[in-house]
Amino acid sequence: MNRFDYVRPNTVAEAVQALGADPAARFIAGGTNLIDLMKYDVERPGRLVDITRLPLRDIEERDGGLRIGALVTNATVAYDSAVKERYPLLSSAILAGASAQLRNAASTGGNLLQRTRCYYFYDTATPCNKREPGTGCSAIGGVNRIHAILGASEHCIATHPSDMAVALAALEAVVQVSGPNGDRAIPIAEFHRLPGDDPAKDTNLAPGEIIVAVDLPAKSFTTNFTYLKLRDRLSYAFALVSVAAALELDGQTIRTARLALGGVAHKPWRNTEAEALLQGEPATRETFAAAADLILREAKPQSTNGFKIELARRAIVRGLEQAAAGTPQSQSDKRIQ
Amino acid sequence: MLIDSGSPGAAGTIGISLTINGERRNIQVAPWTTLLDLLRERLDLTGTKKGCDHGQCGACTVLVDGTRINSCLTLAVMKDGAEITTVEGLASLAAREGKNSLHPIQEAFVEHDAFQCGYCTPGQLCSSVGLMNEGHAHSRDEIREAMSGNICRCGAYTNIVDAIEDVMQQGGAR
Ligand SMILES: Cc1cc2nc3c(=O)[nH]c(=O)nc-3n(C[C@H](O)[C@H](O)[C@H](O)COP(=O)(O)OP(=O)(O)OC[C@H]3O[C@@H](n4cnc5c(N)ncnc54)[C@H](O)[C@@H]3O)c2cc1C
Ligand code: SF4
Ligand code: FES
Ligand code: FES
Repeated sequence: MNRFDYVRPNTVAEAVQALGADPAARFIAGGTNLIDLMKYDVERPGRLVDITRLPLRDIEERDGGLRIGALVTNATVAYDSAVKERYPLLSSAILAGASAQLRNAASTGGNLLQRTRCYYFYDTATPCNKREPGTGCSAIGGVNRIHAILGASEHCIATHPSDMAVALAALEAVVQVSGPNGDRAIPIAEFHRLPGDDPAKDTNLAPGEIIVAVDLPAKSFTTNFTYLKLRDRLSYAFALVSVAAALELDGQTIRTARLALGGVAHKPWRNTEAEALLQGEPATRETFAAAADLILREAKPQSTNGFKIELARRAIVRGLEQAAAGTPQSQSDKRIQ
Repeated sequence: MLIDSGSPGAAGTIGISLTINGERRNIQVAPWTTLLDLLRERLDLTGTKKGCDHGQCGACTVLVDGTRINSCLTLAVMKDGAEITTVEGLASLAAREGKNSLHPIQEAFVEHDAFQCGYCTPGQLCSSVGLMNEGHAHSRDEIREAMSGNICRCGAYTNIVDAIEDVMQQGGAR
């Protein structure tokens, strides 16, 4: 790990000021991603601004929904009684990620800003446009089993690894930020970005901005929802493909559908056309398959991840079936009854 | 500003205070020292193990204010003011309650043969206590899931779950 200057502010304004315009400075919250990257020399911050003492640890009622402070840990969110009751999809997604120890340390803001798990991004001996713009992408034509099938570019095919963010996309959360130019709200759909020709940028957060909270809108899905995560082992592994599905049903007819995919793109992947296609249709496997086909129409395989297209297709159908059936959501029990 | 280590690049250390296994200690630490390295390299508390150093194995699990975390992925300076319990402190947690020389979970690990080489064991023990403090796991499946952050290369998993279940049935941790 490189040497760095360490500051520990007490207020958001102090934190924003301490980060300043310095591109080499970083906020640190749980540290579970940043310290890992620092150990690999992928991140070499000149200054760490420890934000753990900021007053951003509350979960509050807000406009019929909930406001989750940026420092609330992943575990606290997942087990919070209001979240469990009103946004069980979010609890389920968080509990599908990482381990108990990591969730105890990881923060809401840090989770959104965790970086890709692309092997080459972590390996400073290899070219990577995200780590070192202009050097090329080692994953294209390399080992790309875990990489994107949707929305990738010729410059980067990395995926975003967060489970929590996929549920937040389906729930249409809003990210509240504060920065040198004041406060603003960013809808989750516009928070993460596609790689395009600037893969170094994961999000649309402006330089110097800090996440202060994540807002969950009043609309919650409490009966027909699922977070289905497919991976190499059943726990403590990142998603190859994941599906956050939420439905409102009128008998067997779909009134509202929300669907977001993880592990397939540079951001949580939501296709509102597919959601519109589901609306008003019967909640059957045929309907779900049609939505999957629409979403995956533009999917593009890399050299070794073609299997993910079929995996995603089946995961979408299965996820929607689980949601329609109101399947149990415990990590250790997600049968379709 | 509560604390500032000085100008960028300066090799300045920072004074922090930690309560480790019940003993309050004031320590000068470089900000880039992880909690794991502080415990092992500076304080000779080598019970806590370094497996991967990247959050992938759980061997470094300790309790910070009663909550289990990976000590390899936290900086010691960030825990200024906290109470840390390592495997060396589990027995004294039990002793405080007038119990035996070993913590009940340690006795249960011995009883159930819940280790082979023992390298993962300090992490498994602290993680087990953290799990019981959290109170979310009840069934065997839930215990297995909640312990997934602790890898055991010797594959003692079944007996580890037995040991935890046993202590939970006796009425939990401490
Ligand atoms: C072995 C392992 C397995 C994992 N498995 C999974 C998994 O299956 N699913 C999953 O979703 N995640 C997984 N994770 C990732 C984990 O969820 C993230 O590391 C964690 O959520 C990051 O949060 P943090 O608070 O520790 O972030 P930090 O490491 O503190 O920060 C991460 C980044 O966010 C920035 N930042 C933090 N807070 C703010 C803020 N409020 N405002 C602005 N910037 C901020 C930091 O500057 C840094 O760049 C895993 C991690 C490990 C090590
Ligand atoms: S996929 Fe993106 S992160 Fe991975 S090597 Fe290519 S440019 Fe880097
Ligand atoms: S040493 Fe910390 S998780 Fe492996
Ligand atoms: S007992 Fe050997 S690694 Fe667990």
